[in-house]
Amino acid sequence: MTELKLPSIDYAAISPILIMLGTALLGVLVEALVPRRWRHVVQLTLALLAVLAALTMVVLSADERIITAGQALAIDGPTLFLQGAILVLAAMALLLIGDRSVERGGAFVAQAAVTAESADDRRQAEGRNGLTEVYPLTTFAIGGMLIFVAANDLLTMFIALEVFSLPLYLLCALARRRRLLSQEAAMKYFLLGAYASAFFLFGVALIYGFTSGIPGRTAGVDFATIHAAVGESPASPVLLFAGMALLAIGLLFKAAAAPFHVWTPDVYQGAPTPVTGFMAACTKVAAFGALLRVFQVAFADANWDFTPVLGAVAVLTMLVGAVLAVTQTDIKRLLAYSSIANAGYLLVGVLAPSRDGLAGTMFYLVAYGFSVLAAFAVVTLVRDEDGEATHLSRWAGLGRRSPFFAALFTFILLAFAGIPLTSGFTSKFAIFGPALEGGQAWLVIAGVLTSMVLAFPYLRVVVMMWLSEPGESTPTVTVPGGLTAAALTIGVLATLVLGVAPAPLLDLATGAAEFVR
Amino acid sequence: MEETVEYAQATGLLGGVWLLVAIPLVSAAILLLLGRRADRWGHWLGVAAIGAAFVLGLSFFFQLRGLENKSVELSLWDFIAVGDLRVDFGLLFDPLAAVFVLLITGVGFLIHLYAVEYMSHDAGRRRFFAYFNLFVAAMLLLVLGNNYVMLYFGWEGVGLASYLLISFWTERPSAATAGKKAFLMNRVGDAGLAIGIFIMFATLGTTQYDEVFNGVGALTGTTVLVLGLLLLLGAAGKSGQFPLQAWLPDAMEGPTPVSALIHAATMVTAGVYLIARSNPIFSANSTLQLVVVSVGALTLLIGCIIGAAKDDIKRVLAWSTVSQIGYMFLGVGLGGAAYALAIVHLLAHGFFKANMFLGAGSVMHGMKDQVDIRRFGGLSKYMKITWLTFMMGWLAIIGMFPFSGFFSKEPIIVAAFEREDWTAWLFGGAALLGAGLTAFYMTRLFVLTFHGPKRWTEDIEHPHESPKLMTIPLILLAVGSVGAGFLLATSVPDWLTETAGLGGEHAEHAAVLSHTVITILSLLVTVLGAGLAWFLFRAGTATAPQPAGVLVTAARRNLYTDTVNEAVFEKPGIFLTRALVYLDNRGIDGLVNGLAAAVGGGSGRLRRMQTGFVRSYATSILAGALLVMAAFLAVQAGWLA
Repeated sequence: MTELKLPSIDYAAISPILIMLGTALLGVLVEALVPRRWRHVVQLTLALLAVLAALTMVVLSADERIITAGQALAIDGPTLFLQGAILVLAAMALLLIGDRSVERGGAFVAQAAVTAESADDRRQAEGRNGLTEVYPLTTFAIGGMLIFVAANDLLTMFIALEVFSLPLYLLCALARRRRLLSQEAAMKYFLLGAYASAFFLFGVALIYGFTSGIPGRTAGVDFATIHAAVGESPASPVLLFAGMALLAIGLLFKAAAAPFHVWTPDVYQGAPTPVTGFMAACTKVAAFGALLRVFQVAFADANWDFTPVLGAVAVLTMLVGAVLAVTQTDIKRLLAYSSIANAGYLLVGVLAPSRDGLAGTMFYLVAYGFSVLAAFAVVTLVRDEDGEATHLSRWAGLGRRSPFFAALFTFILLAFAGIPLTSGFTSKFAIFGPALEGGQAWLVIAGVLTSMVLAFPYLRVVVMMWLSEPGESTPTVTVPGGLTAAALTIGVLATLVLGVAPAPLLDLATGAAEFVR
Repeated sequence: MEETVEYAQATGLLGGVWLLVAIPLVSAAILLLLGRRADRWGHWLGVAAIGAAFVLGLSFFFQLRGLENKSVELSLWDFIAVGDLRVDFGLLFDPLAAVFVLLITGVGFLIHLYAVEYMSHDAGRRRFFAYFNLFVAAMLLLVLGNNYVMLYFGWEGVGLASYLLISFWTERPSAATAGKKAFLMNRVGDAGLAIGIFIMFATLGTTQYDEVFNGVGALTGTTVLVLGLLLLLGAAGKSGQFPLQAWLPDAMEGPTPVSALIHAATMVTAGVYLIARSNPIFSANSTLQLVVVSVGALTLLIGCIIGAAKDDIKRVLAWSTVSQIGYMFLGVGLGGAAYALAIVHLLAHGFFKANMFLGAGSVMHGMKDQVDIRRFGGLSKYMKITWLTFMMGWLAIIGMFPFSGFFSKEPIIVAAFEREDWTAWLFGGAALLGAGLTAFYMTRLFVLTFHGPKRWTEDIEHPHESPKLMTIPLILLAVGSVGAGFLLATSVPDWLTETAGLGGEHAEHAAVLSHTVITILSLLVTVLGAGLAWFLFRAGTATAPQPAGVLVTAARRNLYTDTVNEAVFEKPGIFLTRALVYLDNRGIDGLVNGLAAAVGGGSGRLRRMQTGFVRSYATSILAGALLVMAAFLAVQAGWLA
């Protein structure tokens, strides 16, 4: 029996993770100890401060390139960049989650246990303050995401996956209005998420089996071991490939890539809109961070083998997202399909195995996150007495009623459509360029073609807002309170700045774009 | 291209070239942001912005003339810098860009002036001017960029503005459909351009004009061919050339000033600009040039034939635009000195076509928005100014001496006859035939509108001439139609030779026919075509289309090109969408249930199935997982990789 050695841990390097998880625990205590009327303010402040502190730590350790906690966590350029991205986007999402002026009492249910659609439910929807448990849940999710992008072995990755997924399942169920839809969404997300996790875990097992089959090496699921095993003309490649496929499925599910995207529209539609925004921005970053690390670190040498399959998945994802977006009639579902299509473009970036490709993908994640959060911020504002008016026909003539917000939304849609001088254009450029250089012309062609298709549903919304007469049922746009306004402003400004002068962030991403093994 | 392309840095006054784009852009933003508050004076701001841009453009033009190296570059900031790729946010002001700037702002100013009056009864006039200036800004960016990415910016911008302006009158479903059609067909072209730019980046590592042109020589023939064809696809989409011509006539659903500015004088010529700008690429491959020439020749004939069978005054003009741009494509495809000829024709066309479109708008203004030329007739007595100015445009477009079309079109016909082999006869012949057909259908349009018996609808008693604000631009444009041709044909080609690769080395081949013979022939066919039309239509025509032979029927149906588009693109597209929607909504589980429901006849169950059960989602995920697994294993076994 060998002596049990404790791994050395660089606490400074992993402090962002510790801050977020610690704050989440603190948040649970706040729920128990702080009087009800103060909880909202305390929780929101606490969460925002924690994000800020974590972000500061990320910035301070910007030059850190280490593997710590045994082989469990890699704090390197991509980790720090993506952690920073998650934190910035999460701060915006927290602003949306914390807003209580757009909807009296906030977007969250006041009493989750009340039967949906009952008289009690209607009463709670009338303006009692929403649950404040959403803050610890959100901070837990953020903490999990921070681990997820730093995970350097498959088991840590799996645990992180669960840590950020479970709070999200709950958050989805907490919409104040349309609670049946919300609960249904949460249930679906949970069942299918668990299902996908099972695939991932099975994949971990097979990969472990694969590494243990190589004589003279210790088995393991950390990326260095897997990398070495893949490089050493493997003895049992069936295990490797089956394992790789199963891992990919688990991650592609979170990334909302076809054919594992089926949950996305329902969940995006049913979840409270701030949570949808949080998922669309931060979950995307986390999922692609993990995909990048798994495929560019652990399986880098099997590049030629996974590229055709993931490439096909990417093309299918773009196609499904773009084509189905055309027929959507609900703005949240439209944005869901757009998010699916964007997952396809991001996969193109994952398959461009160069420094530029990695940098482009990370840039894309940030740019898209800002835009999509701003888009959902606008969605929360367009409402009538029954809550948000998400049906597209209700948006007709919005440009006449509230030209300012319609203009902002138009700008965001143009960014999604990849119109130049928005971040949508520069980010696509940053991904497609390296992909083409890496010899993936077919992916780029598919990407360009589908983004042409995808521009159509966006512009249809633009035309509807500006060129249609407002009808009887055109809702008004609520003037947002400070928090939503701040999130919206940040999102729109970032979309503009990253479209006009993307160079600083691109430089930052390029500087960070190197994994440590 | 042996010589290298180099641009000097812009200094002094020319450092302000960016203002050309900024002024219209800012005015558009002000109009959009101020909303109704700007309703009372907004249109004048729009006009003033374009006027200022024109004055600036003119002063830049004179500055440029005084310079040694007539191409100046202005680098504003580093736009994208990823790894090896550097894209400049930069502008290039050279002779080619300069003439386009003058055309866009000059003709644009006159059309703006006209639109103030034309749109005066429209509640959305301020919004109209905002979009209009947005268009001008994008168009100027398109011609002023110093790399293909900047060109693409402008390209997308004009597409967007054009889409907004075509569907401006949304209360008409036909306008919305036309907007969509224009958008979709343009997207096909845009995709070609975008992929072309990516290929440039992949093979040359740059998109700057000078670096691309200097690097073309090092590329393989196939790469140049593919690159050129993709650029051509983009150009054809924007300029309404075969096979993407169908959207342009439908785009006439927009307000008439839009048709005049965007769909006649400027935006649709962006394709010609693209090819002229990229001439080092096109000149590097003779197959490529042959394709461009063929597209031009084919389109110019298609446009003439269809134009001869249409009864809507704006659509006839639209098809004539398609056909005239065909001439320009023919010119740029011929290469060498013919590039400059095509640009001259483009400028001349900008004047006379804008003139005729505004004339058509004036006629519609007086005739309660009637567009059917079968219901006009005899208007020369009632709308003297419109009649006379339209006559100048008509004589110019059919290429009658000494109007501008003669000086700009006839050299292209001559150049087409100067090709080396038998294709001289083919393309020269097509150009000559086109001249005759143009004379025929334009004369038909002119005679049926302004002469012959009145065939008006009952509600019109006394058509009135348009107000001054509309007739003054008409008169100025008419002057351009008369005088500009000679001026342009003598000075512009020399001026353009300073543009990288344009003109200069013209491989002189003896034309298969002598110059004089061609000139006489082209005048002859013009007179014949015009005379025939005059003879046939001098006494008017029936007020409704009559049954006709095969050719006329085909022409009335756009030579069945729409039918082909429908069968080749629309139907499979609809099928793909339906299939995906079906699979997505119902999933595999739903398919089984669907069968059961069909047997049981319960429509309620069918409806419920679309809500999406978790089990069907799980099934489709499982199916997907199996596929991915199978694919991975197949790759591993070496079946796919």
